[in-house]
Amino acid sequence: MTTLPNLTQKKLGLVIDLDTCVGCHACVISCKGWNTENYGAPLSDQNAYGADNSGTFLNRVHSFEVQPTGDEAAAQLIHFPKSCLHCEDAPCVTVCPTGASYKREEDGIVLVNEQDCIGCGLCAWACPYGARELDQAEGVMKKCTLCVDRIYNENLEEVDRIPSCVRTCPSGARHFGDLGDENSDVSKLVAERGGMDLMPEQGTKPVNKYLPPRPKDELPEFDVLAPFLEPVAQEAKGFLGWLDKTLEKL
Amino acid sequence: MHPAPSVIIFTTFSGLGFGLLFWLGIDPTPPTGWVAFVFWLIAYAMAVGGLLSSTFHLGRPERFLKAFSQWRSSWLSREGIAAVTTLVAMGLYGLGLVFYGTAWQPLGALGALGALATVFTTSMIYTQMKTIPRWNMNLTPAMFMSYALAGGALLKGNIEMAIPLLAIAGVVQVFTWVMGDKAFENSGTTMATATGLGSIGSVRAFEPPHTGTNYLMREFIHVVGRKHSQKLRIIGVALGIVIPVVLLLLPIGHLIALIAVASHIAGVLASRWLFFAEAEHVVGLYYGKR
Repeated sequence: MTTLPNLTQKKLGLVIDLDTCVGCHACVISCKGWNTENYGAPLSDQNAYGADNSGTFLNRVHSFEVQPTGDEAAAQLIHFPKSCLHCEDAPCVTVCPTGASYKREEDGIVLVNEQDCIGCGLCAWACPYGARELDQAEGVMKKCTLCVDRIYNENLEEVDRIPSCVRTCPSGARHFGDLGDENSDVSKLVAERGGMDLMPEQGTKPVNKYLPPRPKDELPEFDVLAPFLEPVAQEAKGFLGWLDKTLEKL
Repeated sequence: MHPAPSVIIFTTFSGLGFGLLFWLGIDPTPPTGWVAFVFWLIAYAMAVGGLLSSTFHLGRPERFLKAFSQWRSSWLSREGIAAVTTLVAMGLYGLGLVFYGTAWQPLGALGALGALATVFTTSMIYTQMKTIPRWNMNLTPAMFMSYALAGGALLKGNIEMAIPLLAIAGVVQVFTWVMGDKAFENSGTTMATATGLGSIGSVRAFEPPHTGTNYLMREFIHVVGRKHSQKLRIIGVALGIVIPVVLLLLPIGHLIALIAVASHIAGVLASRWLFFAEAEHVVGLYYGKR
């Protein structure tokens, strides 16, 4: 049944640090690389070498420009990886007519049983985050599995038993753990850095958290004498001075 | 939202077909013999044709039987069950009327109830979407139900019911547009809440994740269809409501009735195109689009 479990034993999820993400898209590539040849149907591309290519991805990195208000502070560029947030109150699960979409009671991971999926697309409509994509070759819904085939996989080295995106991230911007356990490293990180929910007003209660960029520090005055120095001439002289005066008169 | 022809045809014609089945089911003096046969043929062609059309947007239509299983949580599953129940009940009811000239009234009543339930569950598939504020309001089921009842009465030739019901459908439709135009702003979802970066300053989409398009953008961000929305609204109400009402007030013949029905269908198709094309999904905010 595609009803949600009342309580999950764990809340496995990701914590994404918007302060350290450099926007290299390595997580996108490693995600596609792992997931196209493991859990479920491959992540197909259409017209991959043509003019209007597109394909299925479970993780995409957007970039946003934020202009601080109030003062003349410089704009900030923030890279923003986005994948399934494994919501506690996942609207994508309850809309599913076939029972293909489900949230696991043991660890809270939201998965699709592709054998039952009819590809109606309703779960993608219900997701506010754009975390689900209908694979155009297979006709079934694809989404982040939190690398369920890595994190419990005893054939892998222990260091590799984390999601592919987390394992790959070169700047340490992605963290994996149990957000239901307040003593876990990820929970401590969220508490310390003020981790936030995306679109809290949608009522989805996302498990994944985003750490906001740290406030920009200010460049200190490095020369104590600088304020006492004669200011640089503001008045134009010579030809430019003449031009300025002449244009002023016109 | 992408105004896919399959869902526009589905909602328009299955709404009309189930609307007609409702009026046939509650008729105290139902038609029999050949007249009943023609009415049932029209109703089933529209209802079943619409349902079949909806399967064209499925990625895996061959697994459709599984969609009847999740009635406890899914409106789409409930719709499937309501539709099949209605079609079976009304099919048996029609059988009695066409071949035996007898009205098995309990089947008709069950079918009429099922027809209403089918249109209601269809509308709830859209209404439940918090992600699409324009649909996420009580007026959406009212709009679907009033169109189905009015169109059904029109097809049934029930003029004294069709005229007021068409007027009601027109009023509900206009209110749906007026309220819908404010729905996205009222939902409170903005680029600031989508990114969580609003506390720093004003957020602008700087660079999308990829140079091309993707499934999400094709499905949810459809700007072209909204270009002529005001004109299409006028066309929708004129063809769907005003012209049929005026024609019904004239001394009625079969030809005039046929024109009224054709005009109504064209108007509802225009309104349904707008229902999808004007609907904005919040995921567009991540792309700086609506």
